[in-house]
Amino acid sequence: MAIVTGKSQRWRVLGAHAFLVTLLVLTLFPLAAVISISLRPGNFANGALIPAHVSFEHWQLALGIPWTSPEGQVVQPPFPVLRWLWNSIKVATISSALIVLISTTAAYAFARLKFRFKSPILNSMLLLQMFPPVLALVAIYAIFDNIGRYLPGIGLETHGGLVVAYLGGIATHVWTIRGYFETIPQEIEECAKVDGASHFQAFARVLLPMAVPILMVVFVLAFVGTIIEYPVASILLREEGNLTLAVGSKYYLHDQRFLWGDFAAAAVLSGLPITAVFIAAQRWIVSGLTAGGVKE
Amino acid sequence: MMTALTRPSKSAGASAWLPRAIGALVAVAGLWLVFNIQAAGQPLVALGVLVLLAAGLYTYLSRAGFAWRYLFPGVVGMGLFVAFPLLYTAQIGFTNYSSAHLLSEERVRAYLLDQADIDVEHSLTFTLHPDAAGGGVKMLLQGGPADAPTRYVTPVIRHEHAGQAWDLNAAALDGNGNPAGLGPALPLREALAWREHLQGLHLALPGGARLSYAGVREFGPATPVWLAQADASLKRQEDGAVYRPNPQTGYFENAQGEHLQPGYKVGVGLANYERMLGDKEFRGPFFSIFIWTVLFAALTVVCACGLGMTLAVLLNWESLRYRTLYRTLLFLPYAVPGFISILVFKGLFNQNFGEINAILNAVFGVKPAWFSDPLLAKLMLLLVNTWLGYPYFLVLCTGLIKAIPADLYEASALAGAKPLTNFFKITAPLIIKPLSPLLISAFAFNFNNFVLISLLTNGRPDFLNSKIPAGTTDILVSYTYRIAFLDSGQNFGLAAAISTVIFFLVALMSLANLRFSAAANGSSRGGRH
Repeated sequence: MAIVTGKSQRWRVLGAHAFLVTLLVLTLFPLAAVISISLRPGNFANGALIPAHVSFEHWQLALGIPWTSPEGQVVQPPFPVLRWLWNSIKVATISSALIVLISTTAAYAFARLKFRFKSPILNSMLLLQMFPPVLALVAIYAIFDNIGRYLPGIGLETHGGLVVAYLGGIATHVWTIRGYFETIPQEIEECAKVDGASHFQAFARVLLPMAVPILMVVFVLAFVGTIIEYPVASILLREEGNLTLAVGSKYYLHDQRFLWGDFAAAAVLSGLPITAVFIAAQRWIVSGLTAGGVKE
Repeated sequence: MMTALTRPSKSAGASAWLPRAIGALVAVAGLWLVFNIQAAGQPLVALGVLVLLAAGLYTYLSRAGFAWRYLFPGVVGMGLFVAFPLLYTAQIGFTNYSSAHLLSEERVRAYLLDQADIDVEHSLTFTLHPDAAGGGVKMLLQGGPADAPTRYVTPVIRHEHAGQAWDLNAAALDGNGNPAGLGPALPLREALAWREHLQGLHLALPGGARLSYAGVREFGPATPVWLAQADASLKRQEDGAVYRPNPQTGYFENAQGEHLQPGYKVGVGLANYERMLGDKEFRGPFFSIFIWTVLFAALTVVCACGLGMTLAVLLNWESLRYRTLYRTLLFLPYAVPGFISILVFKGLFNQNFGEINAILNAVFGVKPAWFSDPLLAKLMLLLVNTWLGYPYFLVLCTGLIKAIPADLYEASALAGAKPLTNFFKITAPLIIKPLSPLLISAFAFNFNNFVLISLLTNGRPDFLNSKIPAGTTDILVSYTYRIAFLDSGQNFGLAAAISTVIFFLVALMSLANLRFSAAANGSSRGGRH
């Protein structure tokens, strides 16, 4: 593009760089600070961004190893961070797998099969998705309280219950997978059926292998979405050993017991893998969010 | 399961009975569950489960709804955990469901009828002994004079009766020694672990006397406090006072209007809504919270979108170097999980040992009270939310700007236009239309941005003069959470009523969203022709 450049161009470029660098500093400062704080001794330490004295006490505690201070005092880990991380990963893996399973079959029906009320069902699913679960927390709590009386495995205070609670959030995933299925020509499945495959075989053996990329994308999206979910997990889970990371982390910064350094180490430890997954999946997440604008 | 079920039934033999066997198993398990729920006195829930079970079996065993075999799990999941909670919330909004009115009328009656006065003077002391056969304990009871005690022993008690009422017959025991196979008495600490099982136990002695738990070492003769009357009221044995259930208040009340705890759940009509609008002390904070919610959502969208759009325009400028690097780094706030970055900010903004105040103190000599001054707290929420939100708009606007044809800018360059003119005459008008539905979704999202408020300020600082605790930085959702689950007596009914109001607001926003996206689609389609 040939645009005539004026004299002011150089100054404008410099100004833009100055603005961007200032903003970068503001953006990256919290992230750099938290890494620095996790390496400073003590929970109340102020100091330079590059700590003068590096101590791994918070990291040791975050990994669940008791730490002995120079004065010989033994500090026990304040919270079971690794346990929380494990709970989060467990719940997220199981619920994402189930979400992929039920949204794939539903998406197949919407993309390939004919049935009554097809578009009303699809539209009402999308409409429902506009009401986030945080608005119905009272009802969700009451429902799981009630379920727990008859099926204790999926009641309050259970990970099974949390997994089940997450199974409702499939509408956007159904929409995504359906869109992908519709790009695959139907003739391929029909050929399989001519060769004697049943309806289900055509779906499972022919269509699904071609849709593996989108299924992985949906899995990652659901995984990230459940790992960072806070409201529902915070009402269903209350006992310390049971919490997920999103619910448990806040207890570090209680007004009366402000474990700033310990929190920083735990935050870096648990945040890094999730951030890595997010950056790896960035391309799909971004395309998903420009399409629907659902997640922010 | 699915493979077997959907295989055509002409392939008879082994594959034909498998789906039926699984169906029969599911049916038996489901009916057992339905029976249990019905027995627990919840006919509506039982009916719901029964209908679901029948629908499931019909879908997978009959040949009628073929597509429904694929749809069933998804539709049931959405129905049960998205649609039903919304309807149920609206329903709870018309009741007095709260920590003081938690149970149904039948269960409150059963609870009151279960209360008993215990005659401490004639009580027996008990000890618990592990049973040699394993898995439980037996109880030894002893009463009467020390030289000639009367003694009883119970059958084995196992870990299955916690929190329930249950019955047991004790047998008389002769002589002084312990029965065979009985270990030494449990120490008090271990005996305490059985307390929950013993509290619900009604023990019948051979003579017909009935004993109830009277203390950590004693069981005593129990007489029920209440007698059920034919007209659903309860009569106190001691003084003959009669308490009737009052369906208006959800309590058992006597003629003077005194009531018994606990209350039960009843419909109260529009009382929760009247309270929202009519109760002066409640209305004040409620309206401030509503206004702050709207302001918070609007300002967040304006700030985050403004910054994101500016950056997108800048990073689209080809004379600028290192654009990819800038873009990658500026995207980072979006990649860090929200609950972690919000908590990081909570620490950084801490008044005494937060880094932000340390810097402000060193440079300007001020230490703002971010968490106790309402205005500063609101400013902090907006700053943090802008930090969290601008990368989203950066990505969105970058995509939209890339779609603008380059010849428009070339033409404006030929006309000698300045960059600002370019932005306001070309870029902004072209991206605002496709952007507007997304702006509305972002507004709706922040309208219900519970996670940020809950983790950063938790609604604090509180209003000083409100009857129900309310925070100056609370938004509507965090306020309902507070009413329902935190410090205000768990008033689920009121919280659900407020949630129902939010439903309507969200529905309005969704409607606006649909309008704008229809308009955006229409215009882009029109542009292509």
